[in-house]
Parts: sequence; C-alpha cells; structure tokens
Amino acid sequence: MSVLPQDIDMMASHSTAAAHSRADKLMKRRSRIRFYEVVIWLAAIAAYFLLPSKMLILTEIAILALFAVSLDLVLGFAGIVSLGHAAFFGLGAYIAGLVALHYVAEPVTGLVLAGLAAGIFGFLTSFLILRGSDLTRLMTTLGIGLMMAELANQMAWLTGGADGLSGFSLNPIFGLFEFDLFGKTGYVYCLVVLFIGTMIMRRIAFSPFGLSLKAIKSNPMRAGMIAVPARKRIVTIYTIAAAFAGIAGALLAQTTSFVSPDVLAFHRSADVLMVLTIGGTGYLYGGVFGAVLFTLVKDWLSVVTPQYWMFWIGLILVVLVLIGRERLTGWIGYLPERFSKKEDRR
Amino acid sequence: MLTILFDGVAYGMLLFILACGLTVTLGLMNFINLAHGAFAMTGGYVTVVMMNRYGISFYWCLPAAFLITAILGLILERTLYQWLYRADHLDQVLFSIGIVFMAVAGADYFMGGQQQLINLPPELSGRMDVFGVGIGRYRLFTIVICAVLALALQLILSKTRFGSRLRAAVDDRRVAMGLGINVPVVFALTFAFGSGLAGLGGAMGAEILGLEPNFPLKFMIYFLIVVSVGGTSTVSGPFLAAMLLGVADVAGKYYVPAIGPFVIYALMIIMLILRPNGLFSRGAGR
Repeated sequence: MSVLPQDIDMMASHSTAAAHSRADKLMKRRSRIRFYEVVIWLAAIAAYFLLPSKMLILTEIAILALFAVSLDLVLGFAGIVSLGHAAFFGLGAYIAGLVALHYVAEPVTGLVLAGLAAGIFGFLTSFLILRGSDLTRLMTTLGIGLMMAELANQMAWLTGGADGLSGFSLNPIFGLFEFDLFGKTGYVYCLVVLFIGTMIMRRIAFSPFGLSLKAIKSNPMRAGMIAVPARKRIVTIYTIAAAFAGIAGALLAQTTSFVSPDVLAFHRSADVLMVLTIGGTGYLYGGVFGAVLFTLVKDWLSVVTPQYWMFWIGLILVVLVLIGRERLTGWIGYLPERFSKKEDRR
Repeated sequence: MLTILFDGVAYGMLLFILACGLTVTLGLMNFINLAHGAFAMTGGYVTVVMMNRYGISFYWCLPAAFLITAILGLILERTLYQWLYRADHLDQVLFSIGIVFMAVAGADYFMGGQQQLINLPPELSGRMDVFGVGIGRYRLFTIVICAVLALALQLILSKTRFGSRLRAAVDDRRVAMGLGINVPVVFALTFAFGSGLAGLGGAMGAEILGLEPNFPLKFMIYFLIVVSVGGTSTVSGPFLAAMLLGVADVAGKYYVPAIGPFVIYALMIIMLILRPNGLFSRGAGR
C-alpha cells in the first residue's frame, strides 16, 4: 500500500487543525469568565448603595486593587519579584498631581498622561531587570524605588519636597460628574477605572501572550527553546504593569487631591506584595481579594493599635509564609468556576 | 579631605561588620534576608539599655551585644528561618519584611521612637590631631576593632575546620551531608555568628549611624548593596565593597549633600547591570 504525498499533507493539516482546536478550547477554558468575578463586581457595585458612609475606604480598596493586579502581571505571570513597584505608582501620582496643578484639571486626561509616563518609565527601567538572578532584580527594583523617593524629596521646586503636592482641585470628570465631599463620585470613578483596567489586563494575561509569560516564569531556558522571546516579553509586560501602577497612583492623587512623598515609600511596595500574598498570585483577582482583606485588616488594626499596627501586619506576613501561601490561597480553586456545564461541551 | 577619607573608612568598616553576616545568609545559604538590620538594631538597643539603665561599661556592652544577638539569631534560625531555606525567594522576602515590620514596631513599643544616645567613655570621645588630620578617637577605635574582626573572619573561614565545613556545606549541601558534616548545625551556628556580628556592629554604630526604630529599614539597602556589589564568595569582596560604599557615602554627603543618596543608588544599579554577580565575584553566581 502506498501513501500519496497529498495524503500525508492532508493528515498533517488535519492533525494541526485538531491541535489548533484543542488549543483554542484550552485558551477558552482558561479565559472563561469565572463565577467569582461576577460576584466581585456585583458586590463592588452593591457596596456603593449599601455602604454610603464607607466611600473613602472603598476607594482606597479599589486603588490598591488596581495597583496589586498590575503587580500580579509582573510577579504572578512573569515571575519577577519586584520590591520597587511603588516607583511607578508614585510617578503616576506625581504626574497626575502636576498635570492638575499646572495644566489640565480634567481627571481622565491626567489619568492617561500618568499612565503614559509610568509606562515609559517602566519601559526604560525594564531593561535593568533582564539580567541576573532574583537577588539582582530585587536590588535593582528596590534601588529604582529608593531613587525615585529620593528624587521626589530633593526636587522640592517641582514636587513640594517633604510637604507634598497640594492645592490642586479637579474639574468634573469629562465635565459631567463632579467630585463630591463624600467621595461617592471618587469611588465610582476608581471602580470604573479598576474594572476597565482589570478587563484589559485580564485580556492580556489570559491570551497566548500571558501563557508564554508563565512559560518564562517556570523555565526561562525551555521557554527560549520553544522560541518564546523571553526578554521582549518581559519588557512588554513590565511596561504594561508599570503603566497600570501609574494609573493607580494617579487615582490616589486625584481622589485625595494630595500627593505626599509617601506614595513612593518602600512600605508601599511591601504592602502591595503582601496584598498579592494574601490574595494569591497568578490569576489577577488575587489582587482584588487581597486588597479587600488587607485594607480591612489594616483599617481595623490601626483603630485598635494606632501606633503599632505595623507589628501585627508583620506577624501576619510571617505566619502567612510559614503556613504556606499555596495552602492559604488554595480555596480559590474551590470557588465555582462556571455557570453551567454546557460551556465545556462546545 | 583626609578626614573625610578617614571617616569614610570608619563608616565602611562598620558597614562591613554589619553586613558580613548577611553575606553568609544571603550569599552562601542563598536566603534573601531583609531582616538583617533588625539584628543590628537589637545589638544597638542592648547596648543602650545596658549603659543607660544599668550603667555598665561600654566595653562590656560590646561582647554582650554580640552574645545576646547571636543567641536571638540562633533561636530564630532554629524556630523560623530553617523552614524557609528551600522556599521561594518571594516567600523569603515576605517573611523577612514581616520580621522587619515586627522589629520596627517592637522597638517603637519598648524603647520609644526617639533617637537613642549613648555616652561614650571619655577616652573614646573627642578628636586628636595626627599630622594635621583630625581623627575622631571613636572612629579610630571602630576601625581597629573592625579590622581585627575582618582579619579573624578571613582566618576562620580559610584556616579552621569549621570554616572548611562551612564552605563545603555551601558548595554542595548534599555531598557535605554525605561526608558526615552536620549541615543544619553548621548553618545555624553561622547564622548565629552572623547575627552576633550584626549586633556588635549595631552596638558600635549606634554612635555613628544613629539608632532609632526605623534603623532596619533605613540601612537595609546599604547592607544589600555591600553584599550584592561585593559578591558572596569571599570575605574580601564585601570588605572592599563596604569600604567603597562608606567612603563614597561620606564624601557624597559632604560634597554634594543634595544628591548624595541618589548617587549611591545609581552607582549600585549600574554596578548590578554590569556585574550582576558582584564586583569581585569568581565565576557564576548561584
């Protein structure tokens, strides 16, 4: 029996087609909208109506969540431990503040500009984290963060130095929605930005691009062997994450109408790492869950022990690590994944 | 000019003593320990409490600071650290940041947030003139002590049985265990010794570096610079790095006070990009 060349062609194309459809299915399953996602967003909307007196803390949660989700792109997907993510957050905050102070008082413009600036800065610094081990990256990111903090402190003519940047007020968003005294507009604004940001990052993270990042994280050498351009991917994702961190910073500056050097402080980078630790890394919503828990615990602690809450935060961190992060965040896996079984059969 | 150089050397010596324990934990055991400064702070506070509350002589405080911190280090290593040697770097970072936070808040709770002062014995305070160069007596004392310690460290590591055991355990843990070296004990002792040195450095540095609850956070970056720039395979690498950093920092603060720290961080980043495994490293890092 002879096999004609065109038969082989056909078989090959058939099997690649099958592989393609399998891959398609896999990607679809990974990117399917989970049940808990819907619950989170509904809860966030419900909070607006149910907790009118808690707008400020809700805003804080939304900002921290966006910041943490952006870090998750770097940490959970690309596997880069960064101790200086606050550099981008702070840069975004300062840019937003300066834009509002000197140029345009329209918030969305400031937001976009802050995101752009932080993204450019992220792009430039991403080349510094390509080399070396975990420790080198840690040191480099930490160094960049400290440098930014130092700069903000020294360039008092621009940033107001240790006193911070204040005295700017913002126009209504798009000229329509005015910021009110109770922070209701602020919360909705942050929530909308968080939602859009998370959706964009979700699209990125659950695309083949996101998968290739996970491959780089697990084994850079093998990822290179199957032709994943690791360096390029890391530069890209770092830039994106930096831009979103900048946007989160801009949100903070705009909702509080104040920027202090504290936005660049080391503890902010540590906090956001902790948020991700609580919520779990590598699936984006860890940032949201973590932000909710972290802010509530911190708020509660700073009421109970105003001066020493840091101790308890530290204790929680140590215990978290000793128990094992995986064990703690394992519950995410038990959340109902799908709305109905039907989707699987498609 | 020479005075600045002298102060810088004293500062660098202190940094070396403070950081060389970290060289071992971070470089040799491959454990990212950001909490090293907490041990140094403990040593400083031990000295402050002993001198100011109980009036014990400064010279007795130094060994006490070493011992108490070493014991603390041993306890922590046995109870907490040893479980994390094989953990993710992220876990180690989080864990040690947690320890730092606890130490900062704890120091604040027990000692208060203000800067702590110690009264040096009269023969150590003041300056003397040697060939027209103003030399602080205490800084001279620091340099001598630290130089002796550095030399002793080098000898211990290279000449004694314990030193060779440690190097063996670090080079290949499994083979070392196979040869009958009790690696956990070696590591624990090394960790305790490193912590003790940090405590001693903290005690001696209370005068020069200042002592307050934020000490671990403030100097964390300096320790890390010493270790990562100096590389981790030798004693002399971190020693030279500490000297460089000390002189550069003191000179930077003196000549260009506005951008001093900025220069240090920038230099560190450039150094890390050019030589990711340290300035004086041999071969590839781990």
